[in-house]
Amino acid sequence: MRNTYIPYPVSIKEVRVETEDKQLKSFWLQFLKNEDAQAFNYKPGQFAELSISGYGEIPIGIASSPTEGRDLLFTVNKVGSVSSRLHNMKAGDIMGVRGPLGNCYPLKEAQGKNIVIVAGGFAVTTLRSTMNWLLHPDHRGDYGEITFIYGARTPGMLLYTEEWTAWQQSGQAKVCVTVDREAPGWSGLVGFVPTVTGDVAPKPDNAIALICGPPIMIKFTQPVFDKLGWQSDQIIMSLENRMKCGIGICGRCNVGPEYVCKDGPVFTKTQLTSLPQEY
Amino acid sequence: MSHKILAKDKLDAFLQGLCRDQDLFAPVMKDGKVGWAPVTTAAEALWEFSNSELSPKDFFFPQTECMMRFKNVQGDPQGMIMQAEPALNKPRVLLNIRPCDAKAFQVLDMIFVQDEMTNDLYWRDKREKTTLIGLACNDPCPTCFCTTVGSNPHGTTGLDVLLTDIGDKLVAESFTAKGEALLKELPEVTRQDLFQAGELKKAAEAKITSGVAVDKINAATVMELYDAPLWDRVMESCLNCGTCTFCCPTCHCFDIQDETQGEAGRRVRNWDYCMSWLFTMHGTGHNPRGTKKDRVRQRFMHKFKYIPVKRGGEIGCVGCGRCVQLCPVNIDVRKVVNDMNA
Repeated sequence: MRNTYIPYPVSIKEVRVETEDKQLKSFWLQFLKNEDAQAFNYKPGQFAELSISGYGEIPIGIASSPTEGRDLLFTVNKVGSVSSRLHNMKAGDIMGVRGPLGNCYPLKEAQGKNIVIVAGGFAVTTLRSTMNWLLHPDHRGDYGEITFIYGARTPGMLLYTEEWTAWQQSGQAKVCVTVDREAPGWSGLVGFVPTVTGDVAPKPDNAIALICGPPIMIKFTQPVFDKLGWQSDQIIMSLENRMKCGIGICGRCNVGPEYVCKDGPVFTKTQLTSLPQEY
Repeated sequence: MSHKILAKDKLDAFLQGLCRDQDLFAPVMKDGKVGWAPVTTAAEALWEFSNSELSPKDFFFPQTECMMRFKNVQGDPQGMIMQAEPALNKPRVLLNIRPCDAKAFQVLDMIFVQDEMTNDLYWRDKREKTTLIGLACNDPCPTCFCTTVGSNPHGTTGLDVLLTDIGDKLVAESFTAKGEALLKELPEVTRQDLFQAGELKKAAEAKITSGVAVDKINAATVMELYDAPLWDRVMESCLNCGTCTFCCPTCHCFDIQDETQGEAGRRVRNWDYCMSWLFTMHGTGHNPRGTKKDRVRQRFMHKFKYIPVKRGGEIGCVGCGRCVQLCPVNIDVRKVVNDMNA
């Protein structure tokens, strides 16, 4: 019987500063033990507790895709004591990972459908995982059109630029990346995510939408989808709340009877309309 | 499984058997309050009492518990890697636990152990190594309402053995193989003894005159209850002090914190409580349960709606009445629940 509170030991393989404000860094983590890597079977949309001994744990969405190999990618915003400590760590340092936790995006159920992904700011992490998974040769044929709409405040705040550029060039997906305002050197789209979504006008027929972003983006994006005729059960969102145990016991991340850590973090808009807005 | 008789003058011999290779605990009187302590003789334990001031959940879910340790040295081959604390090294017996508390732990079993991932080995280890010998309530308190939330003053749920005091002796009934083994040497019960125990049970049930009704709560949606106007009134007097959560046998919220001292490091879990403003606060400062009303509502909704929705109708309250007795501003869970059920 496995003690699911004990993190798997990992070492930091690579650290990358992701944004111009240096608040976001990406960490590639490598399992110290091969059997742990094998036990860590995850799907896009799941998260893990990053454990830093002496500081604690933080729940972070997994940004890598299982199609990319055994190493795990996390992009972490510097906010509290654990994330600040992590930002000061370097390649070779030992930390822990506990998971995979929570449910995943309903990609299996969405086979044969068109997929629309809408991301704002650094909520793009698990959607990076999703895109890599969907575009993998083993999976791409199972889906129809893939549309990726992603926005950040400035070009320097966009994550994973090399990758979405490659997705754009591959012709495998329609990639629409936007920044809030005109910026020197930026020749891409300009405007807020809801506006760009309205311009792209994704059709609801045989499709699902995965929407992740700050509350303000979600608030203004939803009416756009409503106007285009999307139904609530086609709209998939991922929640975040403060967590400790990550396995549905400790009592703080619940939204009504649903634990974000165990029953979520992925919910349909239909589910969310019958729950309190405690997120 | 079997009904036996435990004569009161044979109690010491029975207890000696219990503590031969196990740690034995029972409610005792300490500083004018009923609390749990190790005992070896019948005289140390209480046999007539209402219930312990705090629930014995601490035996399975300690207020502070070390979960794992690590060597706090980055660069050391073993450094920073968490190692689980060893399991309980000796089995335990809780003697004279009240049926409501035993029932509470069975409710908590459903929460701490759900599947391969939600499998709390700290809880589970102590549960599996502990024998529960209950003492039936012949004289429930005015604050008891167990019969209306699925428990009973003579309830047997979650117990290995139930003792019923019928005067100069105790009727001992076992419900598990563990309990059966404990009673093996005891004499058989007579029909008269059983009749007497049955009469005491009826009398105890009759003494419970207050209660809650949950039929309309069960029928209502989460949002109907969540948006009900009563929360504006309940929250007014609540201090968010958390007393109700600490004395409650089913409250199980916890925090996990790391501690270091030199090269020694550990990860501990501590009781936490949903009445705390920090409990749900995000790193960004956003707080999904930012108001007192949100937090007061959470506690009652969790026990009487959320747990029943998720656990096949099981209520997260056993009617022990501790929160009614200890709330500094006299919030009475019975009144709140009956208002929810209005």
